[in-house]
Amino acid sequence: MSSESEVAVRTAGLSVHYGRIAALENVDFVVTKGSALGIVGPNGSGKSTLLKTIAGLKAPSSGTIEVFGASPRALAPGTIAYVPQVEAVDWTFPANVYDVVAMGRFPRLRALARFSRRDREVVNEALDALRIGDLRDRHISQLSGGQQQRAFVARAVAQEPGLLLLDEPTTGVDAATEDALLALVRRLVAGGLPVVMTTHDLERAGEWFDRLMVLDRRILAIGDPDDVLASGAYAGIREHVHTHGHLRSDRAAEHS
Amino acid sequence: MIDLLVAPFHYEFMQRAFVAALVVGTLCSTIGTYVVLRRLSFIGGGIAHASFAGIVVAYLKGFDYYVGAAVVAIVTALGIGYVNRRARVSLDTAIGVLFTGAFALGVFLMSLRPTYNVDLQGFLFGNILAVSRADLLLILALSAIVAISLALLYRPLLYTSFDPVVAEASGIKAGAVAYALLVLLALTIVVSLESVGIVLVAALLVTPAATAYQLTRRFTTMLVLSACIGAFASLAGLYASYYLHAASGATIVLLVTAMFFMAMLSRLRSRRAV
Repeated sequence: MSSESEVAVRTAGLSVHYGRIAALENVDFVVTKGSALGIVGPNGSGKSTLLKTIAGLKAPSSGTIEVFGASPRALAPGTIAYVPQVEAVDWTFPANVYDVVAMGRFPRLRALARFSRRDREVVNEALDALRIGDLRDRHISQLSGGQQQRAFVARAVAQEPGLLLLDEPTTGVDAATEDALLALVRRLVAGGLPVVMTTHDLERAGEWFDRLMVLDRRILAIGDPDDVLASGAYAGIREHVHTHGHLRSDRAAEHS
Repeated sequence: MIDLLVAPFHYEFMQRAFVAALVVGTLCSTIGTYVVLRRLSFIGGGIAHASFAGIVVAYLKGFDYYVGAAVVAIVTALGIGYVNRRARVSLDTAIGVLFTGAFALGVFLMSLRPTYNVDLQGFLFGNILAVSRADLLLILALSAIVAISLALLYRPLLYTSFDPVVAEASGIKAGAVAYALLVLLALTIVVSLESVGIVLVAALLVTPAATAYQLTRRFTTMLVLSACIGAFASLAGLYASYYLHAASGATIVLLVTAMFFMAMLSRLRSRRAV
């Protein structure tokens, strides 16, 4: 097992309910620093709920979750960066791309503190990393879906978080955005950042992740992506795909 | 021309009125930026109406009506915030129930008094010329508290106004920020009651910010522009009301409403030109 100082996320017997409906049951896993964990599973399998629980937005109904050894709500501001699947923001809000990415610096800034030169540099680097530097002055309502997604990932990067949570960042975006995100995630992970990300894209799981979790309320499998994909758990999910057609996968498409 | 501008200042009560108008106009339109962007305008009107009950109780019991108004306004603001977060009643319904109920309580208590009182009616539409020296000091002190708090909360307020979920995940206490804003909104309304009145304060909270929103797509610009529009409309409206012998609160609100429609028209025209 990994040493405690290397653990970013640890859950034990984690269950989460919406009212009386269980979204997650008895989930145990560990994410270490400098590794990317991918989560796949059908719609309604609890993937987004798991990310929200790690982010401290949803409280466990039983079991524990620790991020860097503490409750997610007790962490220093700026520790967790979360990019939700659907950004439920007001797109008419008076903000351009730079303004949105600059918000990533806010959690760590003290009240009345100046937005420093370093803050501006980090924001510009995040814009460049997502290749949206040329869109910085554009109002957020004038972005494509892929550009919106990149702006929100850039905001998370500008936060310089200790843990990055991405909820299906590749769903509904163009190939260029997907490639930019993949390169970015691998670079961040190589730099020591732990990343937890949900996806529907099984094909490229090996490129994205160090470990892959198959989730359907419970963990069906977790481990090396290739091993997990070759395992029966993946077949079970594929069965699910054929019956419900939820997952986007070229291999699944060939069979249908 | 100079005489025209200076003339009102011969009277001490007009000097106080101008200071009060400037402070109240700037404060309302600054916090109004958040009211517009977070869609709290109905809440502003609700808190203002509910505070009438506090004013009446304070009047009947013989203590300072600012205290009565402040207590009821803050309790109403927190109550609305709580209902909004916890209950299964939609927000506009909750406000509709709370503020009409509290307002009715004020009217009911007032009607029990055999002698109808004109003072209380002043709170409905405001009477900025009646601002006393003590009132003005209280207005300045409360305004300073609200302004400093808004400055301290600038970034959490901006982030949670735009994206409360992600802000919360990043460690900003979005719920606490929302409650703090409601309390500051309640204090702003209390500060404004004497000068613009319960019925018209909602306009000062919304219209300057809505006007600024027509003219810019940057948050900071909107905030500054809204404050300037509110300050200008308050001063110009007070001048106009002085020379027209018209009600000051209503004149200020009519002026800022005219500015809103001008801004909207200019935006529509520029959009067509593109």
